[in-house]
Amino acid sequence: MIYFDKVTKTYRDGTPALEDVTISIAPKEFVSIVGHSGAGKTTLLKMLLAEERPTTGSVFFESVDVHALPTNTLHHYRRKLGMVFQDFRLIPNKTAYENIAFAMEAAGRPDDEIASDVPHILDLVDLTGKSHHFPSQLSGGEQQRVAIGRAIVNQPDVIVADEPTGNLDPINTYEVIEILKKINQLGTTVLITTHNKGVVDALGKRVVTMDRGRVVRDDQRGQYVL
Amino acid sequence: MSLTFLKRVIRAGATNFARSGLVSFATVLIMTVTLFIIGCLIFLSAVLTNTLTTIEDKVDVNVYFVVTAPENEILALKSKLEELPSVAQVSYTTREQALVSFKERHANDQLTLQALEELGDNPLEASLSVKAQNPSLYAGIVDFLSGSSATSAGIIDRVNYFQNKTVIDRLSAAITATQQVGLAIVILFAAASTIIALATIRLAIYTSRDEIAVMRLVGASDMYIRGPFIVAGIIAGGLAALIALILFYPISWYAGGALSSWLGGFNLFSYYIGHFAKIFGILVGSGVFLGAFASWIAVRRYLTV
Repeated sequence: MIYFDKVTKTYRDGTPALEDVTISIAPKEFVSIVGHSGAGKTTLLKMLLAEERPTTGSVFFESVDVHALPTNTLHHYRRKLGMVFQDFRLIPNKTAYENIAFAMEAAGRPDDEIASDVPHILDLVDLTGKSHHFPSQLSGGEQQRVAIGRAIVNQPDVIVADEPTGNLDPINTYEVIEILKKINQLGTTVLITTHNKGVVDALGKRVVTMDRGRVVRDDQRGQYVL
Repeated sequence: MSLTFLKRVIRAGATNFARSGLVSFATVLIMTVTLFIIGCLIFLSAVLTNTLTTIEDKVDVNVYFVVTAPENEILALKSKLEELPSVAQVSYTTREQALVSFKERHANDQLTLQALEELGDNPLEASLSVKAQNPSLYAGIVDFLSGSSATSAGIIDRVNYFQNKTVIDRLSAAITATQQVGLAIVILFAAASTIIALATIRLAIYTSRDEIAVMRLVGASDMYIRGPFIVAGIIAGGLAALIALILFYPISWYAGGALSSWLGGFNLFSYYIGHFAKIFGILVGSGVFLGAFASWIAVRRYLTV
């Protein structure tokens, strides 16, 4: 489903971010990418989102080279991915409801569908009572749950989460991981990067370990080993 | 572009405008100043045009006829002059009318009136006062008079153009220069205030740059991201235009009364009321265009993700 083919990324100042990375991810997999800060985890996700271009190599999504897509059609591709970030990245002047609805509106979904799906998603992430709160009125864990709601509302093929628990306390971390597991059980591929040993070990799923831009381990039922 | 898309963009733009309180307020304030300056330039241009027209109106050329000139020949010349395309108006003053106005002018000057009495006969000449379409056309009219049968018949005593020539030439040059300088000032101020308004809107959108990047990453199309910002820009521009129009009402009312005599009878308030549709169109049009254009440009910069 997702295939990183010998991807190398070198920044303009000569800093290598990724070196010859080859990873293949099958549908419905739950993959954790682990590694120290600067190991290249986030750069790898940015390649998948077409936020950055590889210096050499290619990234394929369902056999389409994502960096060969024209800029004006990139949004169609991105709708197949649901994104969750460490810093939540919610739209500050939209309520929890509107942040989730925005992803559906942007995808051109009809009003009645939005009106029926958004409350359902808010219920799924346990935020029904706070649907009209703005991000500044929500805790970190609540904001991340809104972000997950926004990521899944269009039923994407893949959830891409960059350090989703990085800013959360243990209880919220547990809740967010439980939601991601539930999404994966329903058939969505999940790709996360994390520093959290507890999370990785508790998941018992595939772990890709990166170090200085290279893949150093790839275990089907892995542990956090650095 | 579907109706749903348009509806969502308009609703999102209006909501963003309302929720961005202070930033929206600052944008409207700066745009109000910009549009107020543009409005002032409209008034300035009207005052300038009115003053120049008044001055132009005061320039004429007088043709004086010898005292023995028969009236029918003078009237024949008047008809010929009126047929010239360069002539706007010709008015005839008989010897008797000239005497009456002379006496009125010197009503307090007993010595002059006494001297006139002693002459016994009316010494004043009949005259034609000729107004051209514009001051530069007087030379042609005078050429026509010199070549006409009236001159050959010897009924024209003198034409005061030659005495006024220097004044008329200078006035023509001054009017042209004033019009050019006025236009330059209008363009300069309009450009300066437009740049300030553009910079303000860009600054307002700069605060939303992260938001724009997120919208791109969650799969919103360029038009769907840009649309609400353009709508918010249009609302800010339209609102600023309405505020400027409301401000002009009391200001022109006060200035109209206070400056009327100084501006040669030109009343700014009457001008504002009389030309309201035009001023409304220019200000609202400029505001909406500025708001939309500045937003379009500003968002484009952050759509690179």
